[in-house]
This record gives sequence, structure tokens and C-alpha cells, in this order.
Amino acid sequence: MSDAVFNESGLEIKPVYGPDDVGDPERIGAPGEFPFTRGIHALMYRKRPFTMRQYAGFGTPRETNERFHYLIEQGQTGLNVAFDLPTQVGLDSDSDMAAGEVGRVGMAVDTLEDFEIAFEGIDLEKITVSLTINGSAAILMAMYFALAEKRGYDLARLRGTAQNDILKEFVGRGTWIFPVEQSMRLVGDTIVYCAEKIPRYSPVSVCGYHIRESGANPVQEMAYGFCIAKAYIDLVLERGLDIDSFASRLSFNFDIHGNFFEQISKFRAGRRLWASIVRDTYGAKDPKSMWLRMIAGGGGGGLTIEQPENNIVRGAYYALISALSGTQTMALCSFDEAYTIPSERAARISLRTMQILIEEMGLADTVDPLGGSYYVESLTDEMEKQIKTVMAEVDSQGGIVRAIAEGHVQNAVSRQAYEHHRKLESGEIRKVGVNCYQVEEEQPDIEFHPTNEQECSKKIGRLQAIRAERDSTEVDEALSAVRDSASGRENVMPSVMRAVTAYATVGEITDCLIDVFGKYPEPIRF
Amino acid sequence: MSGKVRVLIAKPGLDGHDVGAKIVSRALMEAGFEVIYTGLRKSGEEIAAAALEEDVDVIGLSVLSGSHLPICDRFRELRSKHQLGEKLWLVGGNIPRKDVPALEELGVDGVFPVGSPLQSIVDFINEKVS
Repeated sequence: MSDAVFNESGLEIKPVYGPDDVGDPERIGAPGEFPFTRGIHALMYRKRPFTMRQYAGFGTPRETNERFHYLIEQGQTGLNVAFDLPTQVGLDSDSDMAAGEVGRVGMAVDTLEDFEIAFEGIDLEKITVSLTINGSAAILMAMYFALAEKRGYDLARLRGTAQNDILKEFVGRGTWIFPVEQSMRLVGDTIVYCAEKIPRYSPVSVCGYHIRESGANPVQEMAYGFCIAKAYIDLVLERGLDIDSFASRLSFNFDIHGNFFEQISKFRAGRRLWASIVRDTYGAKDPKSMWLRMIAGGGGGGLTIEQPENNIVRGAYYALISALSGTQTMALCSFDEAYTIPSERAARISLRTMQILIEEMGLADTVDPLGGSYYVESLTDEMEKQIKTVMAEVDSQGGIVRAIAEGHVQNAVSRQAYEHHRKLESGEIRKVGVNCYQVEEEQPDIEFHPTNEQECSKKIGRLQAIRAERDSTEVDEALSAVRDSASGRENVMPSVMRAVTAYATVGEITDCLIDVFGKYPEPIRF
Repeated sequence: MSGKVRVLIAKPGLDGHDVGAKIVSRALMEAGFEVIYTGLRKSGEEIAAAALEEDVDVIGLSVLSGSHLPICDRFRELRSKHQLGEKLWLVGGNIPRKDVPALEELGVDGVFPVGSPLQSIVDFINEKVS
């Protein structure tokens, strides 16, 4: 007898699986049919391969626009915009707190003009754009819609995604601004606004991803993600919308690193469980409402600073997992992304990794090739049970919003991150190049993506010029309308749209909202 | 001085990556230190004020965004302004080796880039603060 083997979620893995381990075939079902274990579409990649959407953005909108054009020329089929930290937390580029951070980890945005430059020459109907923005999402979404309107697109047909998952920002990633309740209200406002005006736009992408990156195991990643998605659904239902009028526009963002089959099973289990929740708990009738649409990408948490070339290999396995899991969209952290934003070369290797799967490896040939595998089906069942158990625990603790507001989820995942780190240090968990198979030779040093200081100061100059040039009466009126709508119960989005259209800045609009909402009091847990 | 060594772990700047800061905080606590963690997005002024108020022996800054040089340059001024020079100053996170001399030049006592064993931080504090 060999020693017992457990996966990261704590499930025991048998040495051999057989027909008796596979449950009810009805529960597996057919692709495109409830409960969607095998995929949300009948033909999946035979009809359309997964969208390739590398996360990109740095420096000024002009520099980012060049990278966007490069990625599109290289065959990328969607954009995923990275914003710098000041933009993500609602500060203008010339704010004191922004010093040294402008354009460093993403594109700096102050006004609508920055979006006009960033998306110059890009057809927003052909290339769908995903905005990785949370705390200041309502403002940046409004900017995107205002840009689309200005360029003559029909908002009723406009597609795209905003991350806009504020609850997970309180657990990991940390770009919150307002207190939990007021932040939730903004998420509700954006969902309702999109359901009414921009029905094909995905206003929220619920991220198990960052919760996993903060220390959650794969079961917790799915469970906390679903609890968060349910919290947003509950919020919108309370405002009187019908579940089928918005549920199909919710999407998910999940993480891939760690055990190969555990990840694949977590996605198949998650797809089945989510379909049941939306149908049975919320009474949805439209099958599209029950679809778990996702971006599933190779996570930074699996990559290492040590021997960074090994990350190219890891990325290829993560991409394979993603394709075998039936993702709609794929993104891969690039091999240098453990320590910097990707170089052009590293980003291209990630894109090529995905293209090789489709063009050379036959991953698009048939739907859910692992369906029916004794091991995968058995593990899918087990993962589903565990996800349900963790969701029930959260419910018994008073629900996810309370658990996050009080810091319990943060506490649980940071404790796990610590235990994981200790096991890495002791060698109990093995990581190639980190605690085994290290090399003696000198490792290459970290090289940060260069920040063009000159461009950034030019950007600040331009921001100040816009403040002087614009119609200040209209800006003042628009900002006071933002304040009024935030103080009352009406949807803030129309007033935010008016403000961005008048070239009010991200910082100005955020400050109006802070005046009304206050700031998040971060609970200190470690 | 009697009692536990007091350590302030701080997240300066806007960077929200706090997994490392929290892991280090817990490790130092388990090693017997008193740890005060500031939470995210603290200005240099707030960190200096917390260091004074908590009367700590050690100030640890965690930076992963690549902004460590400008952040530490500003903190150096605050350190002399508030007479915090006696306190051990540590910096950890995503720090290239080539930046270590520049950080030391600014007065940082110990730099612990990603991958540094937790015990090495504990040992360093024990050696320097007694």
C-alpha cells in the first residue's frame, strides 16, 4: 500500500478509478444542456475557439494603445485592460498619493480623453474589451460607455466586460475605496443600468481568482466566488429585476495553478453547481441565466521568480487545463509576470501558447474530451460536494457580505497562505526551482518594465490643461448631480455618465462619492 | 529594555498585494515579537506616526509594485524629521538585487526580497535589536 494522497482541497485521491466511481450519467449530461457539466455550448470550440485576452496596459494611454495594436496584430481576439493603481483607487495622476505610481502597473486614466486615445483605431464591435477595474468601476465603465456613444456605437449592441467585483477586493487585491455596503450599492447600480441600457454588456466578472491568489484552496475559490455572485444577485433582485433579465450577463474569473485534474474538476463541478443554484434557488427559466461563463487563466500564484523560464512550461499546462475545462476566455500570466508587467516578448509567448493549443494540438476538435473519465467524473462529484459544504458554512456564519465586512474570510485565507508558505519552506509542498532542483548559477535579476517618466509628466500636464479647458460650469453641475444621486436612492450611473462626458476626472468623481459614502475601514487581520 | 520586541509591518503606496506582509507578520508574531500591521495604502506620514505612537523597535515596509525606491526616498526624509533613525528599518517584497545598494544608501538596514526565508528576517531582528 502506498501512502494516502490528497489534493490541495483536501480530497483523498485513489490509486485507481473505475466505472463504479462514476455517478449518475444524468448528472454529467450533454454539452449545452442542463446541468452543463460538459460545457455551456453544444459545440464549444468547434463553433468558436476560446477568446484570447491577455491582460495589458502600462504607462500612458498612447503607449497602451500601441501594445493593444501589437497584440491584435499578433492574433489576440479580445482586450483586457490593466489600469495603474491611482486609477484603480480613484486618484488623479497629479494626486500626492499617486506620486511614483502613475502608469507603473497599468495604464493611467484621468479623463475620457485617455479612453479616446487608448482605443484609437480599435473597432469596439469586433474586439471585446474587458476592464479590470473594481473600486472605481462605475466611473471607468461610464467612461467606456461614453466613448462608445461618442464614436457612434449602438449601446444596445455593445459587448464587453467590467471586473467590478468589489467584494473580492476586500479579501485580496485591495483596490477598495468605499465601505462595503456603499460599494455593493454601486455594483447594484451598474448591473441595473446595464440590464436596462446596455443589455449585452457583462457588468460584473466575479473573481474567485484573487481569493485563490490570496491563499484559498480551489474548493474555497469556487465556494467564495459563488457566495459573492449570489450576494450581487440578491442585491439586484431586491430592486425588483427579474433573474432572467440580468443573470446571463454575470460572468466569472477563475484561477489556474496547482494540481492538474483538481483544477479541471473544479470547473466542471462549478459549472454544474452554478446552473443548479440559478435554476433552483432563483427560479431562472432561461438556460443562458444558468451558464457559468468564465475567463480561466494561468495564475500568477503558480509562477516563480526562480528560474523564470520554467514559467513558460507552467503556462502551457495552465492553458491546457483551461482548454480542457471548457473556458470561454483564456488569459495567461506571462513568464516574467511573477515580478513585472510582461514584456512584449513574454506576452507574445503566452499568446502563442494558446494559439498552439488550437492550431496544432487539436484542443478545439471535440467537446469536453475528458468527459466520462472515471477519475475526472468522480473528482467532479467530490469537488461539487465540497464546494456546497463551504458555501453552507458561509451561510451559517451570516453570509458572505458579513463574513467579509468583519474580516473572517480574510483571516481564513491569510492563515492558509501562511501555512502554505511554511510547507513550501519545509519542503512538504514541492515547488520546482524553489525548494527542489534549485540551480547554483546566478539567477537573472528582476527587470521592471520601464516607466517613461517624461511621458508621465506630460500626462500630468495634459490633465491640468484639460481642467482649464473644459466647460467648468457643466463639470460643477455634473459633479453635484453625482453627489445628489449618491445621497439619494436613484441610480448613480446617469449622473456619472454626464460627469465623464464633461471630462470630469476619475479623482473628482471619486471624491464626490467619498463625500457621501465615506471610506472603507479596513479590518486588520493577518 | 524589557518585554517583547515591537515590529511595525506597513504597506506604503497603493499596492494591494498583502499576502507577503501578512505572512511575515504572522511569522514574526510566532517568533515572539509584538507585531502591528498597518493595513493597506498608508502614506509615509501615517507610517511614521504609527511607528511613534506604537513605540516600535522595527519598521518593515512591504512593496511589490516596483515603487520601492521613490517610496523609501520619501520615507528617509520622514525618518529623520520624526527622529525614527534609531529604529531598525527593513524593506521586503519584489526588490531587484541591483536596487539593494541604493536602498542601503537611503538608510535601510535590511532588504528581504521575495524568496527570503522567514527565519532570516527573525534572525536579523534578533541580532540587531536586543
